[in-house]
Amino acid sequence: MANDNNVSENKQELRDQESAIRPPVDIFEDESGITLLADMPGVSRERLEIEIDKDTLSIEGKAEIPMAEGMAALYADVHSTRYHRSFSLSSELDGEKANANLKDGVLTLQIPKRAQYQPRKIEVRIE
Amino acid sequence: MFRHLSSLEGNLFDDYRRMEQQLDRIFGEAYMPNGIRSVARGTFPPINIGGTQDQVDVYLFVAGVDPKSLSISIQQNLLTIDGERATHRDDLSSGYYRHERFSGTFHRVVTLPDDVDPDRVEAGYRDGVLRITVQRREATKPRQIEVN
Repeated sequence: MANDNNVSENKQELRDQESAIRPPVDIFEDESGITLLADMPGVSRERLEIEIDKDTLSIEGKAEIPMAEGMAALYADVHSTRYHRSFSLSSELDGEKANANLKDGVLTLQIPKRAQYQPRKIEVRIE
Repeated sequence: MFRHLSSLEGNLFDDYRRMEQQLDRIFGEAYMPNGIRSVARGTFPPINIGGTQDQVDVYLFVAGVDPKSLSISIQQNLLTIDGERATHRDDLSSGYYRHERFSGTFHRVVTLPDDVDPDRVEAGYRDGVLRITVQRREATKPRQIEVN
């Protein structure tokens, strides 16, 4: 019995990997850096993973949906509980100083620009 | 743990559904009638509905929506949800690189099975998922009929 469960869990894992949801995002930039918002409903802080490896940003999350025992699907828009999306960053962004916040299933990720890339006002001297 | 909602009987149903969705795209959804209250794929918010013998659960994936802004009503077996998701950063001068997330008001109507009891409904919101649970009416017990 326990064995059967393991097998089906593994199968489910495999299927999840095949069919991860690509969360919709908003991305915008201001003087200090880039801000990214991603919709990941059902994901709690413990089940969210953000990784910045060199120039690749990877966002992953697993939704936890409470369900009654023996529930069968009557209709489904959402077919997976796994979210995954990745982006490549450019070198002026400082991944180590990134700041993430998750509220009501929305991830807000701020990646600042390195100090030397932040715009500096240049004054013109009159000789 | 999402198995029951993502597939009825293993992979077969999923595969069938994927195929059906592809056909939908190819044939412009013309080969099969759509439910009269069904909406286009990708409409916000996505909805899942699951049922047991005792209850029907409706899940709305409404990330970032203030639950107080939601208006939920039920008339017999017709469940209506209205809400709004605030627009983010209207003032942004440089604009967005990507703007994929929905913002604005939404309205969805869901037809539930006929035997739900509109007087016994509960709703809860967590991590951006709204769950509405409607109890089913007591099922009438099977009755033995004797032939005289």
